[in-house]
Order: sequence, then C-alpha cells, then structure tokens
Amino acid sequence: MGLLLENLALGFSVAFSMQNLGLALVGCLVGTLVGVLPGVGPIATITMLLPITFGLEPTGAIIMLAGIYYGAQYGGSTTAILVNIPGEVTAVVTTLDGHQMARQGRAGVALGIAAIGSFAAGTFATLVVAALAVPLTRLALRFGAAEYFSLMVAGLAFAVVLARGSIVKAIAMILTGILLSTVGTDLETGVERMTLGFAPLSDGLDFAVLAMGLFGFAEVLRNLDASQHRDAVDRPIGRLLPSRADLARSAGPIARGTLVGAFLGILPGNGAVLGPFASYALEKRLARDPGRFGHGAIEGVAGPESANNAGAQTSFVPLLSLGIPPNAVMALMVGAMTIHGIVPGPLVMTRNAPLFWGVIASMWIGNLMLLVINLPLVGLWVRLLTVPYRLMFPAILLFSSIGIYSVNNSAADVLMAAGLGVAGWALAKLDFEPAPLLLGYVLGRLMEENLRRALALARGSLGTFVQRPISAGLILVAAIVLAAALLPGVRRRRDEVFTAD
Amino acid sequence: MRPALPILAARALGAAAALLALAGPAAPARAAYPERPITLIVPFAAGGPTDVVSRIVAEHMSRTLGQQIVVENVAGAGGTTGILRGAQSPPDGYTIMMGHMGTHGAAPAVYPDLKYDPVKDFEPIGLAAGTPIVIVARKDFPAKDLKEFVAYVKANSEKLNEAHAGPGSVSFTTCAFLNSLLGAKPTRVAYRGTGPALNDLVAGQVDYMCDQIVNLVPQVQAGTIRAYAVALPQRSPALPDVPTTKEGGLPEYQVSAWNAMFAPKGTPPAVTRRLNEALLAALEDPATSKRLTDLGGDLSNKEARTPAGLRKLVESEVARWKKVLADGGAAK
Repeated sequence: MGLLLENLALGFSVAFSMQNLGLALVGCLVGTLVGVLPGVGPIATITMLLPITFGLEPTGAIIMLAGIYYGAQYGGSTTAILVNIPGEVTAVVTTLDGHQMARQGRAGVALGIAAIGSFAAGTFATLVVAALAVPLTRLALRFGAAEYFSLMVAGLAFAVVLARGSIVKAIAMILTGILLSTVGTDLETGVERMTLGFAPLSDGLDFAVLAMGLFGFAEVLRNLDASQHRDAVDRPIGRLLPSRADLARSAGPIARGTLVGAFLGILPGNGAVLGPFASYALEKRLARDPGRFGHGAIEGVAGPESANNAGAQTSFVPLLSLGIPPNAVMALMVGAMTIHGIVPGPLVMTRNAPLFWGVIASMWIGNLMLLVINLPLVGLWVRLLTVPYRLMFPAILLFSSIGIYSVNNSAADVLMAAGLGVAGWALAKLDFEPAPLLLGYVLGRLMEENLRRALALARGSLGTFVQRPISAGLILVAAIVLAAALLPGVRRRRDEVFTAD
Repeated sequence: MRPALPILAARALGAAAALLALAGPAAPARAAYPERPITLIVPFAAGGPTDVVSRIVAEHMSRTLGQQIVVENVAGAGGTTGILRGAQSPPDGYTIMMGHMGTHGAAPAVYPDLKYDPVKDFEPIGLAAGTPIVIVARKDFPAKDLKEFVAYVKANSEKLNEAHAGPGSVSFTTCAFLNSLLGAKPTRVAYRGTGPALNDLVAGQVDYMCDQIVNLVPQVQAGTIRAYAVALPQRSPALPDVPTTKEGGLPEYQVSAWNAMFAPKGTPPAVTRRLNEALLAALEDPATSKRLTDLGGDLSNKEARTPAGLRKLVESEVARWKKVLADGGAAK
C-alpha cells in the first residue's frame, strides 16, 4: 500500500507539471470536439492527430493522446444521445435509452449523467490500474480462445435482453449481424467470403460504415419521412443537469457498470466492447420495472456509460503491463509510443517508472478535465437540438460522410453506408432494432475466430469448452441468462400481440 | 478621371500575369519539384512497423525536399488495397507509396488475382529499412538453442501449434518459409494481428511463431518468450544476445520484412532521382538512422537503396515467395 502511494505520488508529480496538465487539457478538448463529429471515433481521431504530438517529449505525448482517446470516446456518447448515432461500438447501447431521453426533452440530464458516471468510473478504474495492473494481467493471460468463445456466447445471451420490443425480431437481427460479420476474407484460409467479387468488401464491412448507415443515415431518412414526427426534440429542453432523484437512481447502475466494465476491459481481444452491453443487461434484469428500459430509463445510460469509460481505462492494463495491445486503439497507442522511442513492454513499469505512473495519474486528471469541459458544454449541445432540422440534416450527412471516409480513406465505404441507410430505414419501419444487429456483428466475428482457434488448438475436440473451468463457467452463465431472459420474454411478447396496433 | 479603359487594361494585365504564372513554371517544372505536399501511401494501419518506419523516414525527407510528406494510411487486403490505389495514381511524383516484403514480394503468391504487378507497375525509388525476422517460442519450450529447436520441431511438428497473423501477413509468410525448410507441418493458428498472437505465445497457449523484431524486443528482454535466432547475416543491435541463423546452424533461413518506396509507373526519372536523394539523405542522417536501428530496424542492405537495386530485390523476392508458398505452408 505504501509503495502504491509512493508510485502514485511520483505519477502525480509528473502529471502535475504545467506542461503535462496543459497537454491533458488540450487532448481532452480536441478529442471531445473531433469525437463529437458523427462517425469520427477514437481511432480516426488519434490517427489524424498523431502527427501533432511528434514535437513533444514521450510522456507528454502519451498523456495528450490518452486525453484525445477519452475525449473522443466521450464525444461518441454525445452524438449517441443527441442524434442517435453511436460514435463507436461502446456507444451503441447509449442510443437505446440516451436518445429516448433526448426525445423526451431530457438530453441535458442524459449528457450530465453520462459525464458524472464516466468520471466516477474513471476514478475507480484509475485506482484499479494503479493497484492491480500486474495480478490482473496474469488473470487475463489465462483467457485463451476457448474462454473467449464462451464469453462471446454469454455476450450474445445478453444481447437478447437488449430487445426493446419483440424478442423474435431481436434474435433475427442478432443472427443477421453475425451473418454480416462473416463477409470478407476468411482469417484462416485467406479465401474471400460473400464479397460478391466486390473489392472494397474484401476486408469485410467496417463497423463505422454499418453503424453510420443503420443509425446515422437511417435516422435522417426517418426524420425526413413526412409520415413521422421529427425525432430530435419536439418537446421543451427541460433541465440541463440531473436532479437529486436522477442521481439517486443512477448511483447503483454507475457502481455496477464500473465493476463490470473494468473487469471486461482487462481482457485481451477487445473484451471492453462487451462492457456496456453487459451493464445494460444487468440493469434491465435488476430493475423493478424493466418495461421502462428502451423508453428513456436513466439507469440505461448511467450503467453502460460508466462501464464504457471504466473499460476504456482498464484496457490500458495489458498495454502498460504486458506491452500487448488488446484492441485497435491500443495498437495505435503502441505505434505512437514507438515513434516516441518507447517500446511498451513488461519492463516499462520498472525502466520507465515516471512515464508509467505519470500516464496513470494523468488518466484521472483527464477524467476530471472531461467533467469540467463537458458539464458546461451540455447546455451548448442541447441548444444544438433546437437548430431547425432542414439545417441540421445536411450537416449530419456531411460530417458522417467525412467520418466514414476518414476511417479507411475510402469513398466506397461512404456509398455502402448510404445503401445501408436505406436498409436501416426499412428495418425501422418494420420495427426491427439495429442495436442487436450491431452487437451480433461485433461478437460474431470474435466468436467465429475464437471457435475455430480453440478447435484448432484442441485438435477438433468440442470438449475443450467444458473441460476448461473458466470456459465452462461462462457457458453456464450464458445458459442461466438466456433462460431467465426468455421465460418472461415469452410472456411479454404475448401481451404485445394484443396491444399492437 | 478614371475611364474604364485603364481598369480593363489592368484586368487584362492581371489576367495575362495569371496566365503567365500558370504557364511560367512549365519549362523548369522538374527543377522545381516538389512544389506542393507529397502523399505517401502506407498500406497498413497507423502504428504498425511499416507505418513507424515510414513516418520516421518521411519526417527527414520532408526537410530535404522542402515540402511536407503526408502519410496516408490505406489499409486492407494485406496492404494490396493501398498499393493498388498508389499504382493507379497520376505518375507525377505527388503520390508515392511504401511497399514491403508482402505487397511487393509475397502478394502475387498469396493473392492469385492480384490487380498489379510488383515489378512492372512501379518505378522503384529505394529501400528504406528492413525489420529482421526473429524465431521465438513460448518461454518453456523444450529447446535451449536453435539446433535443439530445429531438431524438436522436425521430430514433433504435428503436435505443435504455430501462431501467425493471417494469410499474407509477415508472420505467416516468413514462418511458412521456416516450416518448409524444416519440413515441419505444425497446426497453423490464425490471429487477427500480431498482438493477439503474441498474447497467446506469452500465455503458452501456442508453441512458436516468427515475427518482426520490433514487435518482440520487449517480450524477449523481459523473458516472457524465448528468442532462438534472428534471420540476418549479422546480429541485431536491438537484441545483441540473440544469435543469427547462420551462427545457430540454419544459414538458409535469411528473411527480412523490408520496406521500400515506390512511385507509380511512368513517374519521370528526374522525380524519382530527387526522391531517392532525399531518401538516402534520411538514411544517412545519424539521428534518423539511430531512431530506426533503436527500433530494431536493419539498414545493412545498401545495394537495394538505388532504384536498380530495389528492382532486383523485388524480382528475386517475387520468385522466392512463389516457390516457398507453393511448396507448402500456404493455408490450404
């Protein structure tokens, strides 16, 4: 404990230098501003802004890039709430209740609780990273392909709970998502699957393309559809910050979301994507009246947003303690550190102690800055909603197109997103939810790859999934979640049959 | 006092000046190259080994040329997406690309319907830096040196698992070469990128892999994985304790993930010469070359730094990988 305090003191002494504080602030600010453009997620933001860190010394550069990362991530949640466009995978869940809150004139409250939840989660996750980085890494290393596959099965079981309406439709969308995830070059044989000979599909559909199409473009089409009400705000703006009752309601979800997100974030292979979904599923199960979920329940924003931020932070653990990036954003951070002459690895902690602890301390400072930056901005963002839609939608389309283009520098991606937009509009007309499709898409690929990898390693024996204790435990969890979700679900669906118009 | 005429005259003069300005530099255009920023297409994601080499080299070249070289990452299909886009760009010297062992060596063998020819569709500029390949295994692998490793893999290969980052990747092709030399038939386990593969190697879930030194240095230094040999004629300063394949008794295993600059076919020779001079200046600059070697970069192949030398390298690499990947190891 004494050692931990000593290390944190070293970290804060590094992070509290005037220059590093300034860099953290600039990083958070720039990250928020760029990240708030629909479609521009953390990866695109960091890639674009990487060159501006070249002139800095390494610690400052990493602190600034980390700030850009949190800022961009947070910006993604802002667009999810305001215009129903998730900036990245982890913000998909936020669209469910966050955007519903905005439609009810509670956008400010949703943004506020997202900022507060993120800050609480960030503070806790910083402590986790500082205290437990090494033992947690050892645990994460025990997660092999079999465990991963079982975790994804559990994740899909959660997905069923996401359904706002019909469970059968949700399952159909999950399966469609899994099917779409198999488009592209097969990882093991190098053979192209379901690309129809169309070259831009050879690496599969990009998540940003799918999300922008099904959410962003489809949302614009839906709003322009004369037969429906304009979505954004047709009610007064209401209060800007969460009330005492809102906070009381959110405390539990924030705490639980933080724990779930922090744990999943540590896992290699992008376990963090599951965090918000798992948190949402958990809150919906715990709620006394799960019917409110999907119709603007504040718990459905507070929990996933906390999980999202906690995971963002703890996903630094494998990078800092092991030198192995768990996801694409962290891989980019490795490159950034390498360019600055620091090769991340197991020895960074001892050889480069000021950098290591400085970055950890700056995580907390970054979170504090995000709170300071974002609470005042809430009013500004909410006022954006009062901009007439005829001015707003061309801007949304323009920025979305720029965002999609920036991911792969590919014009074909923009056209595909437009096509998917029409599909998304049709699906919305037929009451199919896009969120389960996106989850199926993200999990499908991980699931297939880990299934095949686990079977290759076990020489084809399916027994591997139940013989390995962690894997067996996860399969059991999946079975329980599914049983619990499906049984009342069947009842609920019967009710809906009678209330449907 | 001010009749229309002088204004018209002034306008005409202005227009003429503008026309002159447009037409003026036409004759000495080549001497003036480059007069605007140059795009360097890096066919892999930002942060990877090729991207890092490209950015370090481009930074120094920008200073020599007096124009910014802007790195544009166009990833996809093992780098061939970005290279194809570069090959189809106007050959004016304002779009160049960083090719590598995969895109300009192994690609024709990996992708049967590749839409470019690594030899015919490019004007070579010069080799930038290679990253040596290292043979590594999980830390408790039952072999203490390369000789024992070779003997063990030959005897037990069907029980072993080899990790790689997908068909066409450096780890895939270079280990296919190793396996074909040893006559080994391990189970080849595919990962999405080197990071996850390395993760499972550190955890001991897989037995061995081949990869670029820059990805492996920290793990080898920390003892979380074991390095058997570096596939270079001389030891790498990044891992001075790791013997070469020649010292270890497998001299045929010579392979480097080289990175080299290319311009689209038809780029004027004066332009590629200018770019080559700037590239050489970067590689000879002590600070820049130190940054590259600190990362494990290999600057020993000086012959391929000339356009003619690079052309020869590409020809020999295409032939080599065609043979290796047809022999076996391809993911069939």
